Amino acid sequence: MGLILQQTVFYAFSAILLFSAAMVVLSINPVRAVLFLVLAFFCACILWMLLQAEFLALVLIFVYIGAVMTLFLFVIMMLNLDIGPPRKGWLPYLPLAVLVLGLFIIAAVSALKPEYFDPDVYQVVTQPENYSNTKALGAVLYTEYVYPFELAAVLLLVAIISAICLAFRGKRPGGKAQRISEQLVVRRKDRVSLINMPSEKK
Amino acid sequence: MNYLKTIIKRFALWELIRGLVVTLKYFFRKKVTLQFPEEKTPLSPRFRGALALRRYPNGEERCIGCKLCEAVCPALAITIQSEPRSDGTRRTTQYDIDIFKCINCGFCEEACPVDAIVVTREMHYHQENRGENIITKEKLLALGDRYDAQITKDKEDDSDYR
Amino acid sequence: MIRIYDFKGVSNQEKKNDFSKREYSVQDLLLLVWIVAKVLLVVICLLGVVAYLTLAERKVIGFIQSRIGPNRVGPQGLLQPIADALKLLQKEIIFPTASNKYLFIIAPILTMTPALAAWAVIPFDQGMMLANINAGVLFLFAMTSLGVYGVLISGWSSNSKYALFGALRASAQTISYEIAMGFALVGVLMAADSMNLQEIVLRQQGGIWHWYWLPLLPLFVVYWISAMAETNRAPFDVSEGESEIVAGFHVEYSGMSFALFFLGEYANMALLSFVAALLFMGGWLSPFEGIPFLAQAFAWVPGIIWLILKASFFLFLYLWVRATFPRYRYDQIMYLGWKVLIPVTIVWIIVVGFAIQFGVGPWFSH
Repeated sequence: MGLILQQTVFYAFSAILLFSAAMVVLSINPVRAVLFLVLAFFCACILWMLLQAEFLALVLIFVYIGAVMTLFLFVIMMLNLDIGPPRKGWLPYLPLAVLVLGLFIIAAVSALKPEYFDPDVYQVVTQPENYSNTKALGAVLYTEYVYPFELAAVLLLVAIISAICLAFRGKRPGGKAQRISEQLVVRRKDRVSLINMPSEKK
Repeated sequence: MNYLKTIIKRFALWELIRGLVVTLKYFFRKKVTLQFPEEKTPLSPRFRGALALRRYPNGEERCIGCKLCEAVCPALAITIQSEPRSDGTRRTTQYDIDIFKCINCGFCEEACPVDAIVVTREMHYHQENRGENIITKEKLLALGDRYDAQITKDKEDDSDYR
Repeated sequence: MIRIYDFKGVSNQEKKNDFSKREYSVQDLLLLVWIVAKVLLVVICLLGVVAYLTLAERKVIGFIQSRIGPNRVGPQGLLQPIADALKLLQKEIIFPTASNKYLFIIAPILTMTPALAAWAVIPFDQGMMLANINAGVLFLFAMTSLGVYGVLISGWSSNSKYALFGALRASAQTISYEIAMGFALVGVLMAADSMNLQEIVLRQQGGIWHWYWLPLLPLFVVYWISAMAETNRAPFDVSEGESEIVAGFHVEYSGMSFALFFLGEYANMALLSFVAALLFMGGWLSPFEGIPFLAQAFAWVPGIIWLILKASFFLFLYLWVRATFPRYRYDQIMYLGWKVLIPVTIVWIIVVGFAIQFGVGPWFSH
């Protein structure tokens, strides 16, 4: 029962994954390409789930699908790309493309030999029922790989700061930015002054 | 000290909570909704609804075809044709009110020397076909007959102030 | 507990077997039927809740505005949601010119399904859930973050400027508040030392002062504000801001596809209310635990009743807040999310870290 369900899920989502990955390249409309990429990510995360890597699978969903790809879509929707007719004159590039493709296939075949797929060699590691993938990952990340982990974090921080530096051109003089904290502390006596004035005679 | 107080209030979301308390009080207050077809708001005797033509108690129509209402009507909603009747009195042959034009101002009632045209309390009326927006003399008289008692009472109630 | 993907117990010997020859017992089939029945039960109950939540919203807002709300269809207006649903079912689904038809149809389904899928990990009582997975909170978070695609795709595929504006506003807002919400949840995970929702609730045992709302009060408030922003509800509903962009991302939708957006939004509201009750208010635990006489007097109340009462309070809070506050300006929403809520959560996460280190109070000493 469990096995047949697992197999069905595996083959179904692998098929969708391959199809959507092909469509990312083949679709003309960039927004559709991004949406197919999202679908490909989603299928990949389900395959990871089958391998019991639930932490990675769910993080893939909410970091890549939920945030990164949303921003991608955002940018592409805003760009309003002009989708023209398919370009002509691609024939001269065909031999080069075939050559590169051939090289890739040779490399892939030599790297991924059939024996790597033998289920006797690579068995899925099964864990006990209450095994927490997240805790195991955390334990490894903060002990064995703590330096690479911290380095990656610093790298990301540097990227954020540099992006801000590139985009920020200093405060504009005479800017009318709202300063909420100042507005909130204002009291009546700061703005209004009552003057005692004798009434004038006509 | 005052500054500290504002800071604490701000982090405790004090003003938001005060707003919520106000709306919660209204949640438990008595509701003011009127269940319309069953309940109605009281109407003033001066309410200006649909127009109607009145008759004298003996059944004679009041309108004498003076066309003062036609002249005073700001929306040009009234059309009147008049001719002498067989007994020699001047009577209207046509008295049409286009209720699409009528703005229910009640000037016609004020202008009428014989209290023939009046505004009634009736406000729930509709048309289903083109052309029904023209209310003819017969229909106006029928309306006057139907609401006669109410119109007479309203006139009486209002007479002290005229 | 029945697990849907129960392949952990399958040995390697079994895996090598040709599964066409393997015999499947009637028990396996019954198991599948049982799982489907449970899923259906949850989904049907949820759709009922969503339908009556729309009525509750109109009633509550009516009451706050000194009106009485809908009361004509059925006794006290109780059949109003059914009348609404029938009306929407009969209506035509109109496709705007030059819209992308497939995506236009898929978009409302994409808002609806993650909102329903997330309910798989919600425990209604001890052991009463569809899937007891270890990374329950992560799963919830992943599902709520998927909801933004329905909005984005609907906005783009409608081929309408207002819809696109609404979609961009909604997605930018959702992404921003997801961070604050994620940090708020991290505080809970640290305190409970688990991502399993059932364990998080069980850690809060011991009465109302042991629940996490007290030690994690700032995170609780941040979570709730982000939950309101995440579901695009008032006062953060600029994505449908009627005064500027008519109805935002679903401006071109009609009939049942429009109804699906509504169902998705309300299912998400119910979901986030249940999560608030589970993570911060002790889930199905009785509030009278540990109080001498009240604890015995209320011992007969099943846990699910407490959970539903707590979640209902949060749902009421949604409506109450909507009837009270005016809509935020867009830049103020972003300011609040990035410059107020996220710093608050980071500070409190550090505080929680120290509290765990020194085992403060009954919450962190385990």
